[in-house]
Amino acid sequence: MSRDSIDSFPSQAISHEECVGAMSNLLEIRDLHVNIEDREIVKGIDLVVNRGEVHAVMGPNGSGKSTLASTLMGHPFYTVTRGQVLFDGKDVADLSADERAKLGMFLAFQYPHSVPGVTVANFLRTAVNSVLGPENKMPPAQFRALLREKLALLKMDDSMAGRYINEGFSGGEKKRAEILQMAMLQPKLAVMDETDSGLDIDALRVVADGVNSLLGPDLGVLLITHYQRLLNYIKPDFVHVMVDGRIVASGGPELAQELERDGYAGFIEKALVAV
Amino acid sequence: MAVTTPQDLGTGYDVKYGFHDEGTHVFKAEKGINSQIVRDISEMKHEPQWMTDFRLKSLKIFERKPIPQWGGDLSEIDYDDIYYYVRPMENQGRTWEDVPEQIKTTFDRLGIPEAERKFLAGVGAQYDSEVVYHSLREDLEKQGVIFLDMDGGLREHEDIVREYFGTVVPPADNKFSALNSAVWSGGSFVYVPAGVHVDIPLQAYFRINSENMGQFERTLIIAEEGSYVHYVEGCTAPTYTTNSLHSAVVEIIVKRGARVRYTTIQNWSKNVYNLVTKRTKVFADGTMEWVDGNLGSKLTMKYPSCYLMEPGAKGEILSVAFAGSGQHQDAGGKIVHAAPHTTGTISSKSISKEAGRTSYRGLVKIYPGMVGCKTHVNCDALLLDEDSRSDTYPFMEIEEDDVAVTHEATVSKIGEEQLFYLMSRGIGETEARAMIVRGFIEPIAKELPMEYAIELNRLIELEMEGSVG
Repeated sequence: MSRDSIDSFPSQAISHEECVGAMSNLLEIRDLHVNIEDREIVKGIDLVVNRGEVHAVMGPNGSGKSTLASTLMGHPFYTVTRGQVLFDGKDVADLSADERAKLGMFLAFQYPHSVPGVTVANFLRTAVNSVLGPENKMPPAQFRALLREKLALLKMDDSMAGRYINEGFSGGEKKRAEILQMAMLQPKLAVMDETDSGLDIDALRVVADGVNSLLGPDLGVLLITHYQRLLNYIKPDFVHVMVDGRIVASGGPELAQELERDGYAGFIEKALVAV
Repeated sequence: MAVTTPQDLGTGYDVKYGFHDEGTHVFKAEKGINSQIVRDISEMKHEPQWMTDFRLKSLKIFERKPIPQWGGDLSEIDYDDIYYYVRPMENQGRTWEDVPEQIKTTFDRLGIPEAERKFLAGVGAQYDSEVVYHSLREDLEKQGVIFLDMDGGLREHEDIVREYFGTVVPPADNKFSALNSAVWSGGSFVYVPAGVHVDIPLQAYFRINSENMGQFERTLIIAEEGSYVHYVEGCTAPTYTTNSLHSAVVEIIVKRGARVRYTTIQNWSKNVYNLVTKRTKVFADGTMEWVDGNLGSKLTMKYPSCYLMEPGAKGEILSVAFAGSGQHQDAGGKIVHAAPHTTGTISSKSISKEAGRTSYRGLVKIYPGMVGCKTHVNCDALLLDEDSRSDTYPFMEIEEDDVAVTHEATVSKIGEEQLFYLMSRGIGETEARAMIVRGFIEPIAKELPMEYAIELNRLIELEMEGSVG
């Protein structure tokens, strides 16, 4: 079960991974169990996301999808009771959210928070320079140019830079602002928590275009979603169905089609039988 | 060899501001207050008899008035254990070279001469009881602007001082205005002739150096018709284990169509009781703007006031308070509509951390018959942790129906969710908290000249240091 258990020999595997760090999976979730207070929400998940892959985790309300997303980013409310999250082969258990971001992890929030009095530009400058570290700060002119470029990419007005972050933003603006942050921070792994919720079809298309433009051989994406709709615009390589804290089925894009056709009922039934 | 600038010495309050020099004085009254000490102060200053009488009368009022039972806890002040008058040097300096070396070094460390060279029209620097240095840009002097310490104002312009002194804040207003009226020393006298605009700020800097010191500066600003001036004050003190008392009185007269802005960045050490009375009378179409930042002190009780005396008068009070461990900031403002068609705004932002306590205390008063008055009060409190406290005491005495009065109040906490959001973008917890706080005070910081906005943000960051785990 754990690394120091004498019955298993994972220590060898770990050292091997550490030796060939560059070769390790981008994200590896091993037997992850997560509690909120005393209640178990995530009940043993194994999942590997490699560079250049787009994975969708689909599930009904209350399946633990958002808990999984927040846990990956190190939310202090959630307690990992068992298992591991490895990023680039490194166990991130002891890392705070900002340290995970510095490694290249990113979470697009379902409900982004407003920070009154802090402009988007100021927020992003601080964030970008934090991630780059004190020795590699981006010169102001380069930052402004990058921000303008990414604003244009997401079809956002330049005036967005001067607005207070998420303060008075419409639902669509909030989601676009999340993608703007992702574009500016250029993470290695993007976890997108219900990015499609609350978006009309036009806004969804803009957001999806933004995400698609960021896809590439170095970026791994984990899309968390209830509906198949988003997957019409962002094509996943793998689809996982999550029910009651567990992944109950994995497959290719056809799995999403099946869900769209038949709903979650069949999977929920199977999950219940399994317990 | 590296040159050590004040910035290199460290970042904590004790290093930056809380130091003291060995102290130099030509006269130090005995501890405690009595009529003989009041007479001695007046005599040493060669004051006219009316001022001596004013002081003695004020002392009687001080002795008679009870200690206020509202606001903060004043019970620890030992009035017999305070030096009421410490004269640091014989004659005020006109250049920094005239100022004794160690006092000059102290002000150098505080960056005052540098600020003077860069962006100020005039500077007054008070050290304990007296203003040790004073300057005013020559062109302003030629336009008839007067900027002196209060003692110099009384000596050189007795007629003006006698006409206005004590008319905005009478000695009997409260116990501490009475005390100040009895033992006042230093402070500023500002007179701006009609139509003159002083385009860059005048600044006074108040420094306490001695232990158990009482500092009682007195400021009088008169803005004649259609004039403009921005007066800024800053203050710091050494950190001592014993208490000091700072009790100032500021009186401002804004005449027809004039505008005065008075900005305070109060940064006393956490052993100073800061009990200050500030008030303006604003006449027709005049505008008074108080920008009151309270970061330091053990207890501050201060409510800058605007008495709107004639139609068209406007009063605006922006208040920022930050209370950390062991601090209580009881701050706010008063708008008194004493004429119809007058307008007031009070906007207060307070931040509490580590069991610090902030109170917003404000008064809006509209007398009967004062039709067409408008006042808006907005107070927001931000709590940085569970132990901190914030209270709101918004008094409204509205005796006229044909008016518009609005009031909004919010209390918020830095939530785990908001912190997590910022941290998930790579921003460390300390910086994330500071960012939320900076954003919170942004509506007020943006009202300040850039240099002071930077200073305010820097001081807030200093306060935020060590506020994590």
